[in-house]
This record gives sequence, C-alpha cells and structure tokens, in this order.
Amino acid sequence: MSENGIGAAVRRKEDHRFITGGGRYTDDINRPNQVYAYVVRSPLAHARITGIDASEALSRDDVIAVLTGADMAAEVVGGLPCGWGVCNKDGSPMAEPAHPPLATDTVRYVGDQVAVVIATSRAAARDAAELVDVDYDELPAVTDLASAGADGAPQIWEEAPANVCFDWEIGDSAAVDEAFSKATQTASLDVVNNRLIPNAMEPRAAIGDYDRGKDEYTLFTTSQNPHVIRLLMGANVLGIPEHKLRVIAPDVGGGFGSKIFHYAEEAIVTWASKRLGRPVKWTADRSESFVSDAHGRDHISHAEIAMNDDGEFLGLRVRTTANLGAYLSTFAPSVPTYLYATLLAGNYKTPAVYCEVKAMFTNTVPVDAYRGAGRPEASYLLERLVDKAAKVAGLTPIEIRRRNFVPNDGFPYQTPVALEYDSGDYFAVLDKALEISDYDNFAARKKASANKGLLRGRGLSTYIEACGIAPSNVAGALGARAGLYESGTVRVNPTGSVTVLTGSHSHGQGHETTFAQLVHEALGVDIDAIEVVHGDTGKIPFGMGTYGSRSLAVGGMALVAALDKIKAKARKIAAHLLEASEDDVEFENGELRIAGTDRAVTFGDVALAAYVPHNYPLDVLEPGLEETAFYDPKNFTFPAGCHICEVEVDPDTGVVNVDRFCAADDFGRIINPMIVEGQVHGGVTQGIGQALFEECVYDNESGQLLSGSMMDYCLPKADNVPNFDVATNVTLCQHNALGVKGCGEAGAIGAPPAVINAVVDALSEYGVEDIAIPATPQRVWQAIQSASR
Amino acid sequence: MPSTVSFTLNGEPVSAEVSSRTLLVDMIREQLGRTGTHVGCDTSQCGACVIHVDGVSVKSCTMLALQADGADVVTIEGVARNGELHPMQAAFREHHGLQCGFCTPGMIMSALDLLQTNPDPSEGEVREWLEGNLCRCTGYQNIVKAVLSAAATMRG
Amino acid sequence: MYEFNYHRPASLDEAKRILSGNDEAKLLGGGMTLLPTMKMRLAQPSDLVDLSAIASLSGIEVAGDSITIGAMTTHAQVAASAEVSSRIAALSVLASGIGDAQVRNRGTIGGSVANSDPAADYPAAVLGLNATVITDEREIAADDFFTGMFETALGPQEILTAIRFPLPKRAGYAKFPNPASRYAVAGVMVAETGNGVRVAVTGAGANAYRVSEMESALSANFSASALDGLAVDASELNGDLHASPEYRAHLVVVMAKRAVAAAGG
Repeated sequence: MSENGIGAAVRRKEDHRFITGGGRYTDDINRPNQVYAYVVRSPLAHARITGIDASEALSRDDVIAVLTGADMAAEVVGGLPCGWGVCNKDGSPMAEPAHPPLATDTVRYVGDQVAVVIATSRAAARDAAELVDVDYDELPAVTDLASAGADGAPQIWEEAPANVCFDWEIGDSAAVDEAFSKATQTASLDVVNNRLIPNAMEPRAAIGDYDRGKDEYTLFTTSQNPHVIRLLMGANVLGIPEHKLRVIAPDVGGGFGSKIFHYAEEAIVTWASKRLGRPVKWTADRSESFVSDAHGRDHISHAEIAMNDDGEFLGLRVRTTANLGAYLSTFAPSVPTYLYATLLAGNYKTPAVYCEVKAMFTNTVPVDAYRGAGRPEASYLLERLVDKAAKVAGLTPIEIRRRNFVPNDGFPYQTPVALEYDSGDYFAVLDKALEISDYDNFAARKKASANKGLLRGRGLSTYIEACGIAPSNVAGALGARAGLYESGTVRVNPTGSVTVLTGSHSHGQGHETTFAQLVHEALGVDIDAIEVVHGDTGKIPFGMGTYGSRSLAVGGMALVAALDKIKAKARKIAAHLLEASEDDVEFENGELRIAGTDRAVTFGDVALAAYVPHNYPLDVLEPGLEETAFYDPKNFTFPAGCHICEVEVDPDTGVVNVDRFCAADDFGRIINPMIVEGQVHGGVTQGIGQALFEECVYDNESGQLLSGSMMDYCLPKADNVPNFDVATNVTLCQHNALGVKGCGEAGAIGAPPAVINAVVDALSEYGVEDIAIPATPQRVWQAIQSASR
Repeated sequence: MPSTVSFTLNGEPVSAEVSSRTLLVDMIREQLGRTGTHVGCDTSQCGACVIHVDGVSVKSCTMLALQADGADVVTIEGVARNGELHPMQAAFREHHGLQCGFCTPGMIMSALDLLQTNPDPSEGEVREWLEGNLCRCTGYQNIVKAVLSAAATMRG
Repeated sequence: MYEFNYHRPASLDEAKRILSGNDEAKLLGGGMTLLPTMKMRLAQPSDLVDLSAIASLSGIEVAGDSITIGAMTTHAQVAASAEVSSRIAALSVLASGIGDAQVRNRGTIGGSVANSDPAADYPAAVLGLNATVITDEREIAADDFFTGMFETALGPQEILTAIRFPLPKRAGYAKFPNPASRYAVAGVMVAETGNGVRVAVTGAGANAYRVSEMESALSANFSASALDGLAVDASELNGDLHASPEYRAHLVVVMAKRAVAAAGG
C-alpha cells in the first residue's frame, strides 16, 4: 500500500485552511454593492394573511424594498418543488400542495416565510422587519403528530383530507397474516421516534447576484448539492435555464441532510437580486435555523413480530404515522417510505414483512432527511423490538440475533421489502463488537457501578442500511423525479498535476483527501499535485451531491470510471512514445512501461505529450488528457454493523451517562481509515444525541416551537460522550469496483437503539421494560418513580 | 451614533467606526475582514466565535465592539506565526480534530486558553473545558485527542 | 439588538451621573445575560453604563472573618483565587461551574447577583452563605436582597459594588444543570455559619430562597441522611421542558444532600 493510496490514513489536504481561519463559507463572502435580506416569518402556526402594510418599513432611508408573496407570485414560475412522488395504496398520487417561497394567502407553521425586507445592512433589515405590519386571521392549528389525524383536527390543506399526504404500504400483508397465524410467540412495541433539529454548526446562508450585462445569475448557498439546487430552483421556481444560472456551494459547515433541500431563501435572494439590480445576502440567525431548516424523524409506530418456538422470526407487521410538517420538502416523501420501510427486514431473514405508512401534514416546519433519513427510524424500531422478542423467547439479545441473521451463504439476499443485499457477514461484525466491548467482563463493571450507587446497563444493536443512493432506474420506479448517478472529471494538466471535478460535495467528509487518494492510487501522481474541486456548477460538469452515504460509492466510482478512461488514453499515448503496441504497455506506480522491459515513460511525459503533441498520434487520438464519466450505481450498498453501549444511570437524578460505546462496522473497502473513524465518531454522537438529549418540542396549544434555541434544544457536548472504540470488518461491495459501501450515516443509525436498549437494561431491576426516547434525566426519573410505585 | 473603536488585532493596530450595537464578532468579520471567527448561534452557546481578548478566551458574539476598545485581541488568523502552524493547529490536523471546519477556530482558541492555566489537563478536564464549544461533526473524540497531544508538545 | 448610548465611566460618581434621571439606562457588568437578551431584542435600554473601567469594583479582599469580592470580579477570577478556595471552597466550586469557560472569563459576580436570574448560581451563594450585598448607598443583608424573578432590593440608580461573604464553618454547593444551557435547574448551597445552618436554593423557584425545614434538620444533624424523607413542596416551583416542578422538587433534595456531603457532612 502506498503511503497516500487506498487504505492509508492520509492527513487531510483541506485542513490547512480550516485551522488557520482561511475557510470560505457563504457568510464569509461579500459582493460589491451588496444589500441584506431579512425574512419576516409567521409568528403563528396557522393563519390567513389578511393584509401586509410595509409603509413604515419602507419609509426608512436604509430600506430598499419589502417584497411579499404577491410580488413573487407575479414573477416566478412555480413553488418549491418536491423531488419524490409517492402513491397511495390504491395507486393514486399523494397530495402535493403548492409551496410558494413567500406565503401568498396562508401561513402554515411558525417560521413560514411571509415577506422579505431588503436594506443596506443586516441590522437595518431586521429593524425594518419589525415595522412590517402583517394582519393575520388566526386559524386552528395542529402540531402534534398523534392528533393530526383525529376527528375534527384542523385541516391544513384542502387537497389533503384528514391531513393525510399519503397512505402507503409495502410488503405482503397476507403473507404476514399467515405468519402470525402460525406463530407460537409474538412480541410487540409501540414506539415514537423523536423529532430532531439537525443543527449543522454553520447556519444556512445565501447570496443572489444577478449580472445584468450577461443576464446571468449566481447563487452562493450553503448546499450539499449545488447542481440539484440549480435544477430545482432554475426549472421549477424561477424559470432560469441552467446556462444562465451558476450555483456555488463553497465551504459548507456541516449538513447532515439539512442542506440537501431547496429552501425558499435561495429563490428569494436570487429573484430579488435581479429585481433590485444588486447582490442580496441572507444569513440565518440560529433562532431562524430552528424554525426554517427542515427537521428530521418524527414517527409514531406500532410493530409486532411473529416467532416460532425457537425464536425464529416468521413475520413482521409495522404501522407507522410520519410527520411531514406543513409543506413537502424536497425529498420528504421518500424518507418515511423507501428509505425506511425497505430497511425493516434488518439483518434478518424474516420471510414476511409488511409495513403501512400514513404520512401527515401538521403545522410544523417541513420534515425531511436528517443523517440516516428513515434508516435510523427503521433500525430503532426493529432493534428495540428484537430485544423485546428476545425476552419473550427467553433468549439473549445475542442469541436471538444470531438465530435470525441472513447467513453468510445467503447473499445475494432478496428481502421481502424490495431490497437485495449483495454482501455482508453479520456474525463477524457481531463477534468483533463483542470482542472490543469486553463483553464478558460486564458483570464486574456492573458491580463496580453499583458500588458507586449507579445502575449499569448494556445494550446492543445490529443494523443494516441502504446507502450509495441510488440506481436511477430503481429510484425512478419508486417515485424519484431525478437521476441519482454522479459525475466526475479528471483533468490531467500539461505538467502532470491533476484537477478533479466532482459532483459530490464535501462539507466535512474529507473528499478533497479521499478522492485525491483514488487518483494517486490510479495514476501515481503525488497527492500534493492533486486538487479536488467541488461545489460549483460553473466548474463541475454535473452532479447530484452528497447525502445518503453516496459520495464514495457513487461519486468515487464516477471518478474511477474517469480514471480508467485516462489510463486507457495514457497507454495509447505511451505506446506511441515507446513505439510499442498498446497491449504491451503496463501502467504502474506512475510509469508506463513496455511489459518485461526497462523501456518506460513517466505519466508526466504522457501528460506533456498530450498537450504539446509534437510527437503524438494526432491522426487517431485527440490531444489533451481530460476525461469525464457519469456513474450510475447498479444497486444500493449495504453497510452493516453491531454497536454495543454501556450506560450508567444515576437513580437519584435520572442522569444517563454513556460510559462505553463500541462500534464494529462493515463499510466495505476503506480508503482512509482516519476519516472513516471520524465519521463513525460523529454519527454515533448524533445517535447518542437522539437517544439521550435531543428533542424537538412544539406546544400543541399555541403551535410554538418550545425547543427553539440551543438553550433548550440539547446538542451533545464534549463532556456528554466517552471515547468510542471502533473497529471494522470488511466484506466488499459486490457491484462497484472499489468494493466500498459508505460510512457517513452508520453511527446515527446504530447508536440510538444500542443506547436505549442499554438504558432499559439498566432500569430492568425496577421492572422498567420501555422508555421513551430521548431518555432524558426527567424521563428516566419518572420511569423509576412509576415503576417503584 | 458611530464611534471609533481601536484595538490590537493579532499584533497589528486596527480601528473602525462602529455603532453601539455592533458586536465584536461582526466588527472583526465584516469591517476588519477576518472571517476565520464564525457565528454559529445567537444565544452564546456554540463557541464558534471564541477569540482571545486581553489574554483570555471570550465569545466575541457576546461582547460589544466598544467593549474591546484598547484591548489586545487575537483571532485564529493570529495563531500561526511566520507561516508556521501552532502546535495546537498541527495537532488538530494530525489527529483529525476537524471535519467541516466551522467550529474549529473557536475550538482552537478555547483550547489554547485552557492550556494557559492548565498545561497538563486530563481528558476529563479537556472535555469539561470545551462545554462551551459545540461540534456537530467529530463527536469530540479527536478534538480531545488533539488538545491532549498539543498540550504534550507544548510542555516539551 | 437596538441602538443605545454606550458609556464607560472611569468612576462610580461618573456612573451615577449618567444613571441619574435616566430610567431606561442599564448597568453593564460582564454582559453575559444582558447582551444575549438585547440580541434577542427582549431588552431595549436607552443607555448602557459599562462598569469595566472602574478599577475599584474589581478584586478579592480577605479581612478577618470575611471575603469581600468586588462586583466586577469575574467568575474565573473567583474560581482561580487561592484566597477564596482556601476559605470558602464551596464558593470556588460554584464559580468554577458557572456557564462555560468563556462565560466565566467575562461574567461578573455583581452582574449575576444584581440580575437575580432564577437559574443563576451566585444567588444561592449569597443567600446560603449569609453574605452582605454592598452598594454605593448601603449594605443589604442577603435575606432582604432577592425579592422576585429578576427582582432585587436594589434601587433604580443604586450600584452594587461588592459582596462580603462571612467565612462559614463549612459549606458545600451542588447543582443539577440544565442539560442544554447548563444553567441551574436546581442548585443548593448548604452552609454551617456563625448564625446556624443555612440552605439556599437557586434554579427551582422564582428567585433564590431558603428552605427552613432543611435548615432545622441539618441543625440537629449535619449529614445528608438528616434530609431523608424530607420532601419539598413543588407547587411554587418552576417547570420547563427539562424539569417539571415535581422533578425540580426532587432534585432540590438530592442536590441538598450532595451539598451537605460536599461540605463534609
């Protein structure tokens, strides 16, 4: 292995700018003659707008404009689009209400965009926003998912009776009924998956900059996928063709899904910039992020599992209600359906699975993908249920899993819920996790905890996820309104350095390093002579961006395909230079050699020849050395793993402390183990956040967001988590040449059930069998109180 | 009404006209053009804006620019000297103590302050000290590792 | 934040002159509560009088059986003071647990006490240690100082200049922090003083308050077990997302026991 090639823990090329203050995030960018936008947002959860009086705001010298939904509706072609359609059980399409970037007649959640004030400074825009007088006719609202479908619940959309967006199903209901009829034992679970607010550390921002001379628009935005924004905003909202719209997502301070979506503010600043003839900049305050970034999760489910006498799973039945918020965000319908229910088979060979999902509108911020997106909801439900099933069956959590795992010779494995797993070894990752967790010495640790007055519990989860999103034809058949391939360009420069253009976007994942390692491995070019460029539709041919742990499995593979083309052309050039047959030229370690001889040219010689083609086969070969490839994955990838958590619970206060956490994961081939470990650490911490700290709470009476700041919404801090023990066990992905599966979301998927299973285990001596998530101190204390009574 | 604020920024004298409500972080970012200091929240929780004022770490989003008049201010841009990374910066890179980089300047400035008073902190002390610096990417493990490693390097 | 007039007087007299006849002026200590409140546009003072240039307001002085801490002394200075930690370790512990490191570097004892934030730590120390609040006009006993949520006995133009803590025989502080903000959900200072045992609670009610049942129990037997079975009435306590009044009532007892243990009881 080369010290900078595949498998090496190469230190990140991008770090220098970040550790010296040289990062360039959207809010760091200022355009000449720029003005500032502040969005007037609805203070009410549901209301008719009966009038907007901006005269007082407009009377200020520093205010340039106050623009409303009516202004915008008159000039744009449409509302914020939804990129995924889901059908009801009867085949009819989901309710798909319009989503104007600025509300035209009705607001539907606290934070909904009502108007935009544009002024000469950020402070002035905010001052003036307070002077915009909006008259509302308040309407009854519902924020609580459990109440949204109740008789008499307030109606949010005329086209969505009873607030149902869609009522969808997957799997064979009759087969599951039959499984239950044969079952000798069953277990069931009622479970809430808590609503989360992503909180990437960088608040969203956008700058629209219209060039009147060229009639061209530039949008700088905090996006995980600038090409997708160009497509959605250009075609669906503003009617700007691609060649007149450049979207730049520079350094982006974390996304976790929340920066996938096309947001209203992007369209507003782009449109306003043309209207006003000046660049328009908007940056969210964190308080705005809480009420305007798409939220995540928010499911209520009932699940039942049927078993035979041996504890083998015969069938699984799940009924889920999912909150979509007030409007359909970009990929919202896919999350509680194809990214959720298709994962309910888990790592198990359960022969029959059926799930029905009712997706609801509520007067809340739109809900969409957040790290894991559907898969954490599936994993949490299943792994809690499996622990319950183990108790019913009288088996240990380990034994029941081993009895039901898809066997190693069972791959490819077709699940009853659409997916075909290509590879895996669930026994090996479980064994690896047991080993690194020092599983056998738990009793001694439990005793030591007891001596301190603490209750120690242990929980495990085994998870699978579908990543590398996604084969376009499959996604299209399931309702995606876009392809999900990726593009990559390898541009070998005349002096032999390499510029990589990738449609993937790095906002923490380290692509500038990992992708450079792929190039180094393929071409032997020094890693410092490789630059990875991303995040600019003006530079990158095309791209679908970064989410769903897809960058390496799809974007990396596009790069590999482009590298293959470069290598093929380089061999042709080398053959010419060496006066040999192309078939005899070997490409190794940056040299192209006639096999079995010492006659060789360097890759640098080839590059120079391609651009200075004096001695070059111009009659059969174009000059230049630049190749682009699009790669469409053949299947999803299926990372899997086992996480084991040990907690200590303070019974006096209810505080849960994660004392040990071990993750053994199968991510396929690993390009940079340092980066992979970092992804696991971060994902697990977000998973611990979901399990113990984070909870989005609305007041159902007033419709107000109660957990609307970092003072109330608890993000995990440095002293809330331990050091994690992580390990990997590799089985290669069978359908991509790299053998990679993806690692970005695993921690957020595997951790929550492991933590909660551990908390329940710790509290088992009180007879506690279940606890709502997040297991906050108050909830744990209440559980102990109720159990003790 | 505008007033002039002057202070030393990373060893250089600077001044700017500010209004009373101008936050120190906004003056540094918008008026002095040093954008390495970030704003991640509006409730003084996240720590992305941590800088040093008169030798100690502060949240520059919770200070008026006027309060810094006459002070000695150091931001992330002033940590490397003569193009050479400070051991703390080098340790963040070596130990992969950053991912998206947004919290990183605040983390580094905060950690540097810790080592001024506690040159040999335990892992727990590092974690407690960093409670005012939120990171959403790293799970903190490699940040803590980087701080401990930098501490060892700096002790020599 | 709205605009205001900013002043940084060099003397108390000058500060008084600015305050006089200016009802909407506010004093600025470290600003750790006031500035965030103003950023949220929840306060709109006409004038801010920054006390940081008045040297006489900072410093820690030991005299006989008390420690006097200037109003503008930061939490970090109190936490780092050997004079404080050797004489009233509980105060040192309390100061080192306020907010985060950056809050402690800016936040001041005077600002914290004068604000009477129901979730601030220092009010429990002032009340529990039977301190005296010193202003430019008078001295106010701790028992008379905290009058309500964000309300104190301070007059509109009165400037808190220092706090004098008598040395207790022993004292301990324990708090249960809000998981998100790290403010006190329930913080309890227990002290055995020259005038008997005092138990002061912050975070749980509208303002810091004493718990006489606990004081009696601990007077008889200064040990955590003396508080066994003792229940705190939840009806007057705060409730929020993180802690209901009932949970707070429970935590007050748990923290009181831990404070007693920390005091060596």
